[in-house]
Amino acid sequence: MLLWSRRGRIAVLTAFTLVVLIVFVAPLATVLLAGLAGSWNGPLPSGLGFARFSEALSGENLASLSVSLQTAFIAGGLALVLGAWAAIAAREAPKWLGRLTDAIFHLPIAVPSVAIGLGLLIAFNARPLLLGGTRWIVIVAHFVLVLAFAFSAVSAALDRLNPAFRQAAESLGASPARVLMRVTLPLLMPALGAAAGLAVALSMGELGATVMVYPATWKTLPVTIFGLTDRGQAFQAAASTTVLLLVTLLVLVLLGRIRGRAAVR
Amino acid sequence: MTAVLERPAPAADAPRRASAPRIRQVLWTVPPLLVVLVVAVYPLIRVCLESAKLRSGGLGLGTWTSVLGSQAFRSALWRTVAIAVTSTVGCLILGTFLAIILAFVPFPGSAIVGRLIDTILSLPSFLITLAFTFLYGTAGAVNALISSISGSTSPALNFLYTPAGVIAAEITFFTPFVIRPLLAAFAVLPRAQLDVAASLGASPLRVLRSVIMPEAWPALMAGGSLVLLLTLNEFGIVLFTGAKGVITLPVLIYTRGIVTFDLPGAAVIATVQIVLSLVLYIAYRMIFARVTAGGSREE
Repeated sequence: MLLWSRRGRIAVLTAFTLVVLIVFVAPLATVLLAGLAGSWNGPLPSGLGFARFSEALSGENLASLSVSLQTAFIAGGLALVLGAWAAIAAREAPKWLGRLTDAIFHLPIAVPSVAIGLGLLIAFNARPLLLGGTRWIVIVAHFVLVLAFAFSAVSAALDRLNPAFRQAAESLGASPARVLMRVTLPLLMPALGAAAGLAVALSMGELGATVMVYPATWKTLPVTIFGLTDRGQAFQAAASTTVLLLVTLLVLVLLGRIRGRAAVR
Repeated sequence: MTAVLERPAPAADAPRRASAPRIRQVLWTVPPLLVVLVVAVYPLIRVCLESAKLRSGGLGLGTWTSVLGSQAFRSALWRTVAIAVTSTVGCLILGTFLAIILAFVPFPGSAIVGRLIDTILSLPSFLITLAFTFLYGTAGAVNALISSISGSTSPALNFLYTPAGVIAAEITFFTPFVIRPLLAAFAVLPRAQLDVAASLGASPLRVLRSVIMPEAWPALMAGGSLVLLLTLNEFGIVLFTGAKGVITLPVLIYTRGIVTFDLPGAAVIATVQIVLSLVLYIAYRMIFARVTAGGSREE
C-alpha cells in the first residue's frame, strides 16, 4: 500500500528478501549444515552425514542436554509460579507496592547476566546459604533470570484482561480465592503457556550467568558447546547447537499444545 | 528508582473495591518480593561490597584505583560502549527498513518472515557467532567462494575477530527487538492516512517521511534504548568470538572472576557495569512509559 508502482515494489521486495536471507536465514542454515558436514573447505560443505548428531546425542553431550532440560523445567516452573503470583498480587496491592514489585522483578533484565552470576557466586558461597558447587546455584541463576520475563509476560497479560469477568464474579459473591482459581487463572492460561515457553527457551540458551557458577557435575549444554568451540571442535559444536535448537523447538511446540487445549476449554 | 517507573494506570482499574482489606493485599505481595530480594538484589549488593575488599584482606579503595587505572579496563569500557552504540545504530537502520516493508508492502509469506524474526528472539546469541565462523571466517564458505572466483589465496574477508565481527553478529541478533515495537506502532497507524497522502500525490518517500516516521519515533526510541542496554550486557557473542581485540566489560568480568579468580577485581568491573546498565534501564523505562502513555496502547 506504500508503493504503487510495480517496478518499485519488485525492487524493494528483492532487497528485502536478500537482507532477510543473508541476515537471518543464512546463519541458521549454516549451523544446521555445519552440524551435518564432515568438512567444509570450499564454498559448500562436503561429506554430509549424521555422525556428529549421534555424537551430540551420546556421552557428555547427552548428559549436558539432560542437565539443560532439568534446569530449564525446574527453574522455569518455579519462575512461572512466583512470577504469576507476584504479578497478580501486585495488581491488587497499593500502587506504590505494585510499582516497587515491578521495578525489583525487572532488575535482572537490566543488569548483565554475568554480574548476576558473580553475585550469586559471592553471596551463596558460605553458610547458611551454601549453594556453590552444587546444581542448585545453576538452577537459582536461571530462576532469577527467567523470573523477570515470566513476571513481565503475566503482567502484560493482566493489563489486557477484561476486568468485567472478575467484577461479575465478585458481585455475585465469589470469594477472592474462587475468583482467582475459576476466573483469573483460566483467563491467563494462554499467557502462562506463552510465558512457560519463553522461560524454557531462555533457560536452554543461557550462558552468561551459568558460566560463572556451574560446578563440573552440572554442565548445561551451552557451557559444553562453548567448551567444544574452545577446543577447536566447531563442527561438533554446530551439531550440538542444532540439537539444542531442535529440543527447544520441540518443548515450545509441546507447551503450545497444552496452551491450546486450555484455551479451548 | 520507583519514582521513574510511572506507568499509565490501566483504564479498567478504576472501579476498585474500596472496602477490600488493604493489609491482606500487601501481605500477598511480600513473599515473592522477599524471594527476589534474596536471590537477585542481595547478590548484587554483595558484588558492590566485594569490590571494596583488598587482596591483602581488609577494606579500602585499593582495588578500585588499581582496576580503574588499568589499561585492560579502560580499553574494555570504551570498546563495550563503541560496540554497543554502533550495533544499536545498525539495528535501528536495519530494523526500520524491515519493519516498514513488513507493515506496508504486503507480500505472500510476510507472516512466515515475521515468525522467523520472532524465533531469533528466543535463540541463544552464541549461535550467531558460531554460524559466522563457518560463513565469514578466514576458512569459511564466503571466503572460499570469493577465492574460487578471484583465484587469490589470501582471505578477502577478515573481520570476524575484530569489533566489526561482533557488531555484525549483534546487529543480526538484536534487530528483532527493534522490529517488534515498530510493528506494534505501525499496526495502529490508520491505513487511510497513507492512502489519502498517496492519492494527494505524495511520493512514497514523502509518505514515509511525513506520515510513517513521525509515528515511528517513540517506538524507535524505546527499541533503540532496549537494544543499547542488551548490547552493553551481551556476553555470549563476545565470548564465542574469543579474540583478544574484542574483550568487553562482561567478558572481562568473567575472565577476572573465573579464569584468574580475582573476585574483588571482577566485582569492581561488575559494579561499574551494573551502574551503567541501571542508568540506561531507567532511561528506557521513562521512554517506554511515554510511548505507552502517548495515546495508542501497544500490542
